[in-house]
Amino acid sequence: MAHGAGGKASRRLVEGLFAPLLFAPSSEPLGDAAHLNFNGIGLAITTDSFVVKPLSFPGGSIGELAVNGTVNDLAVSGAKAEAMVVTFVLEAGLPTPVLEAEVRAMGDAARKAGVRIVGGDTKVVEHGKADSMYITTTGIGRLISGLKIDPRSVRPCDKILLSGPIGDHGITILLARGELDLEADLRSDTRSVFPLVDALVKAAGPGVRWMRDPTRGGAATSLNELARDCAFGIVLVEEMIPVRDAVRGACELLGLDPLHIANEGQFLAVVAPEYADAALNALSLTSGGEGAQVIGEVREQPAGAVLVTTRYGGTRIIDMLVGDPLPRIC
Amino acid sequence: MKFVDEFREPEVITKTAQEIRRLADPHRHYRIMEVCGGHTHAIYRFGLKDLLPENIELIHGPGCPVCVLPMGRIDDGLSIAQQPDVIFAAFGDMMRVPGTQGSPLEHKARGMDVRIVYSPSDALKLAQKSPDKHVMFFAIGFETTAPSTALTLVRAKAQGVHNFSVFCNHVTIIPAIRAILDSPDMRIDAFIGPGHVSTVIGCRPYEWIAQNENKPVAVSGFEPLDILQSIVMVLRQLKDCEAKIENQYKRVVPWEGNRAALRAMADVFELRPYFEWRGLGFISQSALRIRDNYAEWDSERRFQVPGVRVTDPKAAQCGEVLKGVLKPHQCKLFGKECTPEHPVGALMVSSEGSCAAYFNYEHRKTAMVNSIVSVA
Repeated sequence: MAHGAGGKASRRLVEGLFAPLLFAPSSEPLGDAAHLNFNGIGLAITTDSFVVKPLSFPGGSIGELAVNGTVNDLAVSGAKAEAMVVTFVLEAGLPTPVLEAEVRAMGDAARKAGVRIVGGDTKVVEHGKADSMYITTTGIGRLISGLKIDPRSVRPCDKILLSGPIGDHGITILLARGELDLEADLRSDTRSVFPLVDALVKAAGPGVRWMRDPTRGGAATSLNELARDCAFGIVLVEEMIPVRDAVRGACELLGLDPLHIANEGQFLAVVAPEYADAALNALSLTSGGEGAQVIGEVREQPAGAVLVTTRYGGTRIIDMLVGDPLPRIC
Repeated sequence: MKFVDEFREPEVITKTAQEIRRLADPHRHYRIMEVCGGHTHAIYRFGLKDLLPENIELIHGPGCPVCVLPMGRIDDGLSIAQQPDVIFAAFGDMMRVPGTQGSPLEHKARGMDVRIVYSPSDALKLAQKSPDKHVMFFAIGFETTAPSTALTLVRAKAQGVHNFSVFCNHVTIIPAIRAILDSPDMRIDAFIGPGHVSTVIGCRPYEWIAQNENKPVAVSGFEPLDILQSIVMVLRQLKDCEAKIENQYKRVVPWEGNRAALRAMADVFELRPYFEWRGLGFISQSALRIRDNYAEWDSERRFQVPGVRVTDPKAAQCGEVLKGVLKPHQCKLFGKECTPEHPVGALMVSSEGSCAAYFNYEHRKTAMVNSIVSVA
């Protein structure tokens, strides 16, 4: 199960099995989307499967996630999503209104994100086999010209930007499962981050070195991957990391770290220091980017790791997530 | 956030850290044990060691329930759950703890019905919702969680829920502290006493530590300021050659404990003659079992329990780490065979376990330059 949770085990599965057996030899670090070049036109392609319980939750549903997730993987790879194909795996007996609601949600999300859904496939499996519904989306997008996203271009003193508060999605899902008897005024942050990426690139394009949407495994996992790929240290300032009180409260209660909680509508970017102000300014002025912050910077040390500094001078290393975040009770 | 942020105020924390430096005699080495795993987790999470002078060494104690649970008990619990129509319910803390055939999570992946619950009463509700299944709650924890298990058993009996039972692994903190103090390789100057346990048992049960063993104790909360204040308290006592029990966590811990919780525990549980602790061996009268009048809800009497005993891998030095003789990274397996992903010992599983805490938050810091970042 840990192999699907977005942390260390997922990475090992991809790098240890899939990449050597399936991918063309390449020295490129693994990103959120593959880049292709057709007669001088740069394209990005990516695919993602969506498995979520419950199917709908405050702020979104599986259909909306399936569109935004793929749009966002393309966006942080420096591409504007253009077209998408969809595969549904449906459990026999799934009520039609549930399916219809999800299809509508996909249509709405696609229109909002400006991406066309151009094809798809449906499979039906036995009752009890697919948690009601799995959705896979595959998207293709056009690379924004002049943008070079590569973790190996990251340098010490580069600034780390975060587009807004973290943990909303993961905690919303946890609460929506209804096992906790906790209530909080929280909504999933699912949305297309393309408008924010676009604003960032327009303001700081030549200074943008790396972007990633921290979904499963949270910001800590994405930043650990960056630290490993660029071989420098990532130093975060805890008080600068935006986290809503409700998320912080739930995390305190359950012994979880907001940096390990999933997001569906935020992204991280590394920007050259001379572009940091312009980048933050552009994000802050874009609708939905008001909560953006510079949360840290790249340092020579601790090479390959992520360090969090606290307001009173304490520090801690934060690793990738191992498996799913499990609540701590006793 | 109220009740949290006040205890993380940089100014007060810096002042308290200065007070610690002022009190600590530079010619002396201090070994202070934080008994509770919650403290261990907080010390690493907030990077508190960075605020302490080098001659104050924090020793991580036995107060991490999953860390001290012997592997045989996990195997026993999982073997019950292998019987048809049994649901294995436990706190998230338990889910990655390895048995010989894998952890509850790994058993779940192989098809066992394993559920994470957030309280014993959630497990009881699950039983009421699943009348054709039997729900076994795998109970762990010190006096912190034992009262809620007790009250759940009272409710199960009162409501006549017969498809529910508890596999009881509750342990008590005092005998563990005694075992550590009795250990010949033990050299501890003072204790940071457990906070949550003390909300139930109060401060009185620690008095012998001061009176007979001449060691200061400060019962402590879990925020950075709580822990630093507790260190100040024990340093003051050591400086004045005193040994007494101080209650730093007064906002939560009553000196006499919680009588209602203690009564519920006494009604439902009795002491086992002895119980095995991982790393510490058998300790007499250190754990709870379910009384005869609740026998029907006792998984150990309701099901065949194999009574598995598993010796820890020889190379693993969990016992030495648990007693504070070795630091986590001094164990031969640390970071090699034993990591949070593939834990050999339970200290590597729970984020409260000293090895996991050390692994997650500390061990790569040695490579770090000491400059603290300031981001414009």
